[in-house]
Amino acid sequence: MRIVAKGLTYTYNPKSPFASQALKGVDLTIEEGEFFGIIGHTGSGKSTFVQHLNALIRLTGGALSVGEYDLSDKKCNFIELRSKVGMVFQYPEYQLFAETVEKDVEFGLKNFRKDMTETERADAVREALETVGLDYQRVRNKSPFELSGGQKRRVAIAGVIVTKPEILILDEPAAGLDPLGKKELMELLHTIHGGWCKTVVIVSHDMDEIAENCTNAAVFSEGKVVLKGKPSEIFSQSQKLFSLGLDVPVTARCALLLKERGISVSTDFTCDDFADKVLALWKAAKEGGHAE
Amino acid sequence: MEAVRFDNVIFSYREDGKEPAVNGVSLSIEEGEFVAVLGRNGSGKSTLAKLINALLLPSSGKVTVFGMDTANEKQTFEIRKSAGMVFQNPDNQTVASIVEDDVAFGPENIGVPREEIGKRIDFALDAVGMREYRTATPSRLSGGQKQRIAIAGVLAILPKIMILDESTAMLDPKGRREVMDVVRKLNRERGMTVILITHFVDEALQADRAIVMHRGEVVMDGQPEEIFSRSEELETYNLTLPRAAYVCKKLQEAGMPVKNAFTAEELAEAICELLQKV
Repeated sequence: MRIVAKGLTYTYNPKSPFASQALKGVDLTIEEGEFFGIIGHTGSGKSTFVQHLNALIRLTGGALSVGEYDLSDKKCNFIELRSKVGMVFQYPEYQLFAETVEKDVEFGLKNFRKDMTETERADAVREALETVGLDYQRVRNKSPFELSGGQKRRVAIAGVIVTKPEILILDEPAAGLDPLGKKELMELLHTIHGGWCKTVVIVSHDMDEIAENCTNAAVFSEGKVVLKGKPSEIFSQSQKLFSLGLDVPVTARCALLLKERGISVSTDFTCDDFADKVLALWKAAKEGGHAE
Repeated sequence: MEAVRFDNVIFSYREDGKEPAVNGVSLSIEEGEFVAVLGRNGSGKSTLAKLINALLLPSSGKVTVFGMDTANEKQTFEIRKSAGMVFQNPDNQTVASIVEDDVAFGPENIGVPREEIGKRIDFALDAVGMREYRTATPSRLSGGQKQRIAIAGVLAILPKIMILDESTAMLDPKGRREVMDVVRKLNRERGMTVILITHFVDEALQADRAIVMHRGEVVMDGQPEEIFSRSEELETYNLTLPRAAYVCKKLQEAGMPVKNAFTAEELAEAICELLQKV
């Protein structure tokens, strides 16, 4: 399913002294199959935007379609849409609520897939928990609150992917995890992305994470998309990102410093690629030096 | 003066004492030090922090704060006045609906006279650069601002030690910078002892000393640069190198004789040196 937003606007607390316009005309297309990154500082409108994608926030201005679903149409089947567009909020482990892991993961299915038999549901829950790397038999009857932080987050993600959404949206999925935990989580998302989940959209403050994982990305600022493209294109505009109060990947910062001193490294800003490109420059310079 | 001392401390969350979260830690932190504590989730970092201000008491061994034993209940109050703690989630640390009331909460509880409280609010809000938000509502502030208010709330008690338990984890890059700037300033200008628990290696690099915890034990202790140059050892504790150090190591392994680098600036310098020479 392709996501197309045109001129999307949204105002919180309209017609009140607290009115604030969060989206001021967002134009953005996210193609099916992308691993898409959304960047922006706090208050830039990125969360407001993603909450539109499964109609948690109803469209009030502009146009938005997700696959065949036209969200401006009042007769749009929002329940079906929500089962196809899964949303994992920031720190999703805070939303666990049921007595057991199994009941927690099952909750979405019970709401979205009322036609399922108990056996079918149990199978789906097992599959979801195994996908996120948990042992179904060991955790199913545990209270989610007995688990470690990383495990809780996995249970929460299982609760969303149990309906096999075609589009999975995650707000800061790796926040608060240690570096290895972050890496494992991103690997998990790439595994999910290969199968029934066609499109993954992540909101992230970690620019290195965007550079290393995303096929395309968009930068939000003051309710608008101000930059979009491949991470390599976005991060080659370091100055612009700095002026928006954003960071760039470590490699981009380094490339910028080198550029100021007349050394230009053309890289996609992943650490491995950056190292390879620097090595190539060094080897070329060495050979050139010897030739003279 | 010695600010914090751990003598063979063991702590277990379980009644039978098994699976200790902190397992035989001995350690000494001097007043004025800026110490970063690293380690995977579940390695015992937060437990270590909570043992310092007597939120937890050792199952065995002894923790002292400026010579005061945390196990001595009569000193609990004094210890908590000396060691303030800032937690991860800014929203969980707000108690009042107005910033100044929130900052006043700590001093009110320890019985500071009214006139003095006003002065302390000024001092604390100045220190974190939030004076103009004195009458603002915390819920309408950004994450970085809220954390700075949480820090001000701790400062108003005039502690000698500030413990930050992943206090920047929920912030955006700008918020993280704001908080780290305040913390560094408190350490440099006021000689505040800072114990910073973090997953962000760039924050750890700003400390004078880094401690790595693994399965409840202190396994590495030294200058951050020294610790991050022991990459094989870090790997065994499931910790990753700062990205700049990773690139640097890759270059070195491929035969490029770059100097050790831990930040983007150092890496650029190291690369430049070689490329301009040849």
